[in-house]
Amino acid sequence: MNAPDHQMAATPKIAMRDVKKAFAGKVVLDGINLTVAPGESLVIIGGSGTGKSVTLKCVLGLIKPDSGSVQVDGREVTKLSGRDRDEMMAKFGMLFQGAALFDSLRVWQNVAFGLIQGRKMDVDQAHEIAIKKLAQVGLDARVGDLFPAELSGGMQKRVALARAIAANPEIIFFDEPTTGLDPIMADVINDLIVDCVKDLGATALSITHDMASARKIADHVAMIHEGRIIWYGKVSELDHSGNEYVDQFIYGRADGPITKAASFKNL
Amino acid sequence: MNNKTPLLTGSFLLDMCESVGHSINKTLQSIGVLSIFVAKSLMHVFSPPWYPRLILKQFIDIGYYSLPVVGMTAIFTGMVLALQSYTGFTRFNAESAIAGVVALSVTRELAPVLAGLMVAGRIGASIAAEIGTMRVTEQIDALTTLSVNPYKYLIVPRIIAGTVMLPVLVLIADIIGIYGGYIVSIFSLGFSEGSYLKQTWDILEVNDVVSGLVKASMFGFIVTIMGCYHGFNSGRGAQGVGAATTYAVVSASILILISNFILTKVFFS
Repeated sequence: MNAPDHQMAATPKIAMRDVKKAFAGKVVLDGINLTVAPGESLVIIGGSGTGKSVTLKCVLGLIKPDSGSVQVDGREVTKLSGRDRDEMMAKFGMLFQGAALFDSLRVWQNVAFGLIQGRKMDVDQAHEIAIKKLAQVGLDARVGDLFPAELSGGMQKRVALARAIAANPEIIFFDEPTTGLDPIMADVINDLIVDCVKDLGATALSITHDMASARKIADHVAMIHEGRIIWYGKVSELDHSGNEYVDQFIYGRADGPITKAASFKNL
Repeated sequence: MNNKTPLLTGSFLLDMCESVGHSINKTLQSIGVLSIFVAKSLMHVFSPPWYPRLILKQFIDIGYYSLPVVGMTAIFTGMVLALQSYTGFTRFNAESAIAGVVALSVTRELAPVLAGLMVAGRIGASIAAEIGTMRVTEQIDALTTLSVNPYKYLIVPRIIAGTVMLPVLVLIADIIGIYGGYIVSIFSLGFSEGSYLKQTWDILEVNDVVSGLVKASMFGFIVTIMGCYHGFNSGRGAQGVGAATTYAVVSASILILISNFILTKVFFS
């Protein structure tokens, strides 16, 4: 595929073109097209089961798309393997929905994990960085010696955020960062995300169905429905998008084009 | 309404063919997926980087902590074997063969197979549950995003530890099992210590023990790889992990019994 001329000027950080993926015959992604510019924060919104997570995992390389192209820094990532893939992974940080902390390791070991195991950093140095990153997300050094199971959900999310930013990634992925948190803690996490991304000058790609979170952390918003991007625009345009699907979603109405086919009301 | 009956019969037959074809398809597919998994795991076993600390931890988990279970199994098996063969052999005045029967059965068959099955229950289940939970809670994906290969980090240490530690366990089980037979023979059946040990020593050949240890190594590989495979491909939620654990134990047990037959055929025919 030839890159169009206007993209030669500034290579997008992430570019997905016509990405398709089906699981056991069920189409999940039906031709996703997305670009994220360097330093930009894109939030993908959409209902459950519309393909948000799969989109994210295709960029990360955790899921291989059936067809289409995914480029990071202009480099095709769908066909990478071995050391090239490791190199690409080093650019990424990821905050998982359920935090996905390693429960057999202490908090600081979790944060330092990528530094010690992935980058072979000296343990003392990694420990120091881990404590620094924990402080950045508002946790003091004593928390570092606890196990993840001893923490509340909000604290686990913070630790996971610290782990995601520990290796100073160029691109950070957030998978429903505020799900399962109370509104105040959700806002704290949102603030931390904004600060951390700004601090690192990183590019951010998030998925969420929490509109408060999306408004806070997004520069651009893309709405996904039935495996396709049906709306893309600046976060400021969200309220007058002129798109019925977007309107139904952001106002959380049971009636509308999204639920027309499913007609949940008749269930 | 009238033409509905033949249509129904036809669709019933079609349904049946479809479900048979579907299950054959699925079986072949899972054999393929398993083969790729085994090949990939083996490739990672023989290529750096390794994680020595994790391997050591698995040595302790799989080897040391399985000792009580395997030891208990061995000693009672040896004891029962002596008792049973005594009741049988007295009918032919062949009591003197008891020592040999105990030694050969334990080293060739019972120690490796029973230890393999016990370890399948103990280790196979815990591997599947642990890795399955990591899959479900996205910890395996997290490993990947932190530039750590989950095969190397999770699977390789377990496979190495299983393959190396099971022969060690079985060697200990051999000694304990023979000792169990010895206890029963001396204290319950009235044999003399010297002659029992001499008979054991006379009949036992290096080959008997070594074949058992080779089997054990194979069984250790089977148990750990099945635990890892089912955990790694675990379904969603608690139910998925539960099913993965069951599959891991059942498939490992059956594969142990099948490969035991094949290995015995190779060694002794």
